[in-house]
Amino acid sequence: MALLEVKGVDVVYEPDRGQRIWSVRDVDLTLEQGEFVGLVGESGCGKSTLGFALTRLLRPPAHLEAGVIQFDGVDISSLEGEPLRRQRRNGFAMVLQSGMNALNPVRDIAHHFADIFKAHARQGEDLGSAVLRARGAALLESVQLDPDVLSSFPHELSGGMRQRVSIALALALEPRLIVFDEPTTALDVIVQAAVIKTIKDLQALKSFTAILISHDLGVVLDATDRVMVMYAGRIVEDQPSAELLRGPHHPYTEALLGCYADPRAEEIHLGGIAGSPPDLSLQQAGCSFAARCPLVEDICRVVDPELTGLGSGTAACHVRARELKTDMEVRS
Amino acid sequence: MTANLAATHDPAPADGTPGTQMPSTVPPLVVDGVTKTYATRGRHKAAVTAVNDVSFTIAPGAAIALVGASGSGKSTLAKMITGSERPTTGSIHFGDTAVESLRTGGLREYHRRVQMVFQDPYGALNPLHTVEYTVSRPCQNFLGLSAAKAHDRVYELLETVGLMPPEQFAAKLPHQLSGGQRQRVVIARALACEPDLIVADEPVSMLDVSMRAGILRLLTKLREERGLSLLYITHDLLGARVVTDEILVLNEGRVVERGQTKYVLQHPQDDYTIKLLDAVATPYAALESPPVRESPPVL
Repeated sequence: MALLEVKGVDVVYEPDRGQRIWSVRDVDLTLEQGEFVGLVGESGCGKSTLGFALTRLLRPPAHLEAGVIQFDGVDISSLEGEPLRRQRRNGFAMVLQSGMNALNPVRDIAHHFADIFKAHARQGEDLGSAVLRARGAALLESVQLDPDVLSSFPHELSGGMRQRVSIALALALEPRLIVFDEPTTALDVIVQAAVIKTIKDLQALKSFTAILISHDLGVVLDATDRVMVMYAGRIVEDQPSAELLRGPHHPYTEALLGCYADPRAEEIHLGGIAGSPPDLSLQQAGCSFAARCPLVEDICRVVDPELTGLGSGTAACHVRARELKTDMEVRS
Repeated sequence: MTANLAATHDPAPADGTPGTQMPSTVPPLVVDGVTKTYATRGRHKAAVTAVNDVSFTIAPGAAIALVGASGSGKSTLAKMITGSERPTTGSIHFGDTAVESLRTGGLREYHRRVQMVFQDPYGALNPLHTVEYTVSRPCQNFLGLSAAKAHDRVYELLETVGLMPPEQFAAKLPHQLSGGQRQRVVIARALACEPDLIVADEPVSMLDVSMRAGILRLLTKLREERGLSLLYITHDLLGARVVTDEILVLNEGRVVERGQTKYVLQHPQDDYTIKLLDAVATPYAALESPPVRESPPVL
């Protein structure tokens, strides 16, 4: 059985005044135990909102409008209070983009670990301070930090170290699913590469299921086994990383790949994506990428493409689906 | 220039670069043996050397990349070049102007000629002012334009930075714009007073990867069309490669490597440069050669 099975998730931001915004639209996804999946898209495409929805961390004005989120066979989409807390204890955690700034400035790091262990203590668990410190120290070591960091305050640590602490905190209850929301965006390149490597190694070692959310396809392809590309609230492509790199199906994925080049190359052609994503407060007619798409046809502006199986993955594109179909007919 | 221990490649100026044939009004910026030391406060007083004996010249119309990780001293150097910090030792000359000895009046004139583009387009614009107001202030303050003339100039500038049609953007407030559009407004404001040198401090690092190419292309275009010089501060080697001809790699306040950008990136000598190159997240690293695309990338 899949660890996470999501069907028809819609998330709406509904402010007191102003328009409703459909941030996540009809998302289905399935994650097997131990998979490391990337979720990629531009700012405002709904990727973080989806991450919050999956870990049940949405706060007003956002709410889950529709959908089922099966975690380990239990629908967590409507759980509240104690049952939700128990499910959380049992399995999922999130590392926030600003996680490194989410540490309490007047408490040392040991206190942060103790907080988690106490809040989720099992009956008869030893909560003596020596035991808690030892557990904290082991977690810090797993993210390559010195156990002495336990006695440090957040302001004494660098950005990279604080982000490592927040990863260690997410690991504290040995979750089976961890959502990393832009864990390295605020860090400089060398630190970023080191933190991503730590996440990759930890995932391989502890084989938890991981979702890495980032706007940076380069980082995601480097770290993950499978990539989901999100655009205007929908998943538009889902492929194994290696295949996606060699043969992206969706024109949006292709355009994202065109934004990268090797700085050492002889000639550099750097692409970008003109225009901006559609306004999510409006109902969409047709494919949401149509306005920016180089392959656009009449049908794209009218009919919203479904995610269909294309080669090694799935993509939502009329043109590519037809090309592949003709291709197969010619061959057979 | 003082002697520098950095690995130096032939910094042969790329001949035929569009920036080199330009009006002679743009003077060179000469940074000579600059060191900046900060004293830490509190009980344990210590001196931190943020920039250590750095020398380089930005020729008229040239673009130089200053590359290094956080804490390597690149922003401190930028602050000294823009006159908001003074070097502890060494000197910075922009033509005949000794930057470190400028006081209020001279500094004001200097700021007309040297403008800065900041890293964070979300923090660099006053959220209460419209795009037109933001871009028109330097036109009125530095160039002394009347309100009507400033209005026309704002529209020109918005067109220059690709915010078209301008009437659609002029009345907008920053929160109504995307990050890439905001950064274009910041660039339009920097261009408003017709500067000779633009210091861009990580201008794309807060933007989505998909928006970066547009801003990088804009900087290149401005340099070619206006003949202004550019100091491009970044840890993004790809951006440095696209925008600049010459590169200086800074580590712990010292220049550890310098030379023609393409040459240095293809033949890095310093360990630190190699480490930076390895850290660049490029999806093609996994492939032997990048895939050949039939259709050119969307622009």
